[in-house]
Amino acid sequence: MSILVNKDTRVLIQGITGREGSFHAAAMLAYNTKVVAGVTPGKGGEWACDNKVPVFETCKEAVKSTGANCSLIFVPARFATDALFEAADAGVPLVVCISDGLAVQDMMRVRNYYDQKGIKLIGPNCPGLLTPGEAKVGIIPGYVAKPGGVGIVARSGTLTYEVIYAITNAGMGQSTCVGIGGDPVKGLNFIEVLKMFEDDPQTDRIVLIGEIGGNDEEKAAEYISDHVTKPVVAFIAGQTAPPGKRMGHAGAIIEGASGLASDKIKALEAAHVKVAKHPEEIPTLLK
Amino acid sequence: MKLHEYQSKLLFAKRGIPIPKGRVATTAQEAREIASELKSAVVIKSQVLVGGRGKAGGIKVAKTPEQAEELAAQILAMTIKGLPVRKVLVDEASEIKKEIYLAITNDRAAKCPVMMCSSEGGIDIEEVAAKTPEKIIREHINPFLGLREYQARNIAAGIGLPREHWNAFGQIAMGLYRVYVETDATLAEINPLVIDGKNQVKALDGKIIIDDNALYRHLDLAEMRDPDEDAASEIEARKYGLSFIKLDGEIGCMVNGAGLAMGTMDIISHFGGTPANFLDVGGGANAEKVAAAFRIILSDKNVKAVLINIFGGITRCDEVARGILKAIDEVGVNVPMVVRLVGTNQEEGRRLLADAKMETATLLAEAAQKAVNAAKRKS
Repeated sequence: MSILVNKDTRVLIQGITGREGSFHAAAMLAYNTKVVAGVTPGKGGEWACDNKVPVFETCKEAVKSTGANCSLIFVPARFATDALFEAADAGVPLVVCISDGLAVQDMMRVRNYYDQKGIKLIGPNCPGLLTPGEAKVGIIPGYVAKPGGVGIVARSGTLTYEVIYAITNAGMGQSTCVGIGGDPVKGLNFIEVLKMFEDDPQTDRIVLIGEIGGNDEEKAAEYISDHVTKPVVAFIAGQTAPPGKRMGHAGAIIEGASGLASDKIKALEAAHVKVAKHPEEIPTLLK
Repeated sequence: MKLHEYQSKLLFAKRGIPIPKGRVATTAQEAREIASELKSAVVIKSQVLVGGRGKAGGIKVAKTPEQAEELAAQILAMTIKGLPVRKVLVDEASEIKKEIYLAITNDRAAKCPVMMCSSEGGIDIEEVAAKTPEKIIREHINPFLGLREYQARNIAAGIGLPREHWNAFGQIAMGLYRVYVETDATLAEINPLVIDGKNQVKALDGKIIIDDNALYRHLDLAEMRDPDEDAASEIEARKYGLSFIKLDGEIGCMVNGAGLAMGTMDIISHFGGTPANFLDVGGGANAEKVAAAFRIILSDKNVKAVLINIFGGITRCDEVARGILKAIDEVGVNVPMVVRLVGTNQEEGRRLLADAKMETATLLAEAAQKAVNAAKRKS
């Protein structure tokens, strides 16, 4: 088992003919992920990835013709909001948005729409999903991972590769790696993914990678304390970052949290989570 | 992107929120003229993008145009928290009977906007929130429905606003929501919203922060950016799509991804070094961007060593290597460099750099230690 994606996931890529879309579509195919369709308005009828993947004008057609059950979005920021709504309306149950730079107010509308329809969203501004040996839906380099029992959930992108790489080098593998993205309003958050890992028989340990800002890590700590029985190891990036530029009074009032790494670490330690001092210390704490 | 008080209040006024009469001035002479026109006592308010202007002496009341000129001259000569005062807002002075706090911001956890209001407005609002949270009234706004009039009434009732002010308050609340949506704000704040001596409700101060990701569809607002908001190097970085924050340490960092950039700073500190900057070259960094990043890092004279840490996903290591070579060629690098390239096209990237004189590393801890040692040797 694993979570969210596996060898049966049929992936549609929005923006498959773009620079990044085509590059990563090829890498996903090389990983034996089932990339069944692409969508680029204006290029319907063409073929992408050395004639291996049919390109459609719309997600609706692509889903109807190929039975895609997951959409991966690579389109530029200003078209990404529309792409997200299009994917939702095409009826796929899972959407992964790699694109970054989306406006927060757009994302609030997207997230509310997805919740109404019961569609799972990963991202935006995230590296996507990797179930080692089964499916790569996003940009996490496949070779840094191997199948195993560590579930990884992270707000960062490249820092996640770093951690996966360190865990693999230490001889451990991963069940699924989930990059939820660092945007203020996004799809699945730590808690939702922690729950999936807790319920997944393949996952025996969990790694949580957070960063400064917001209070998602504090909330995750509370959830871990009450609901997670598997061992959890964490790292919080930004322990040496200077206090950020403040957002008026409202930010502090609304979150009632400092956003500081030290407070997040304190909350996690109180929930019996081992917190690493630097990324390469994580494997030691997992053993 | 933050807007000044005077810019924020003009955006408020355009959407029907009453503001005091007044204008912005760049010279003391202008301030005097505005005060003469207003024919009343005036408040001279420094326009700088930091909080605590009043406590720093950047807000003063003048009874006469002469006094306005004198005080404006003083304030225009000030530097508040490192920012020079280039403009003052000259507003007619108001008698304040009541100060209210009213703001709309994004509630990340609730995934929707929230309007917050308190009858205890003014400079101590955060203390009010911490000590007496029940005095902050919140209404979450469905992003598809927008703020509804009944919600404004809920808030007015919640803060115990006298019934006679509900209509005026409702219009201000609706106006503020329009400001928030139409400017793609992450924060639209009125503090204080006052009931004045004439029993009018008006916005005495205002703050708007605009979502940088939405600026592409608000070119008029983008032009309002105050270059003083960020250091010159940060502005230069933004031109190239780099995210850069200057710090006080000795090790220049060039990393892809914000989380890894912070993680790299953390590990430098862990091994006893000090980062000179936060720099995220972003996803898909190409040679141009990398060269620009180098120029910005090396413009800081405190930098004694540079650590390049690239974990390629979207970013291709060969592109980064080309950028590094281009930068060495153009800028000339006279400090030791430690390079760690891992991920997409790493072999090609490492091959390109094999001839250049620089230390390489495969593990992050190893790279950080090498950079820390290099900086120590240099100092």
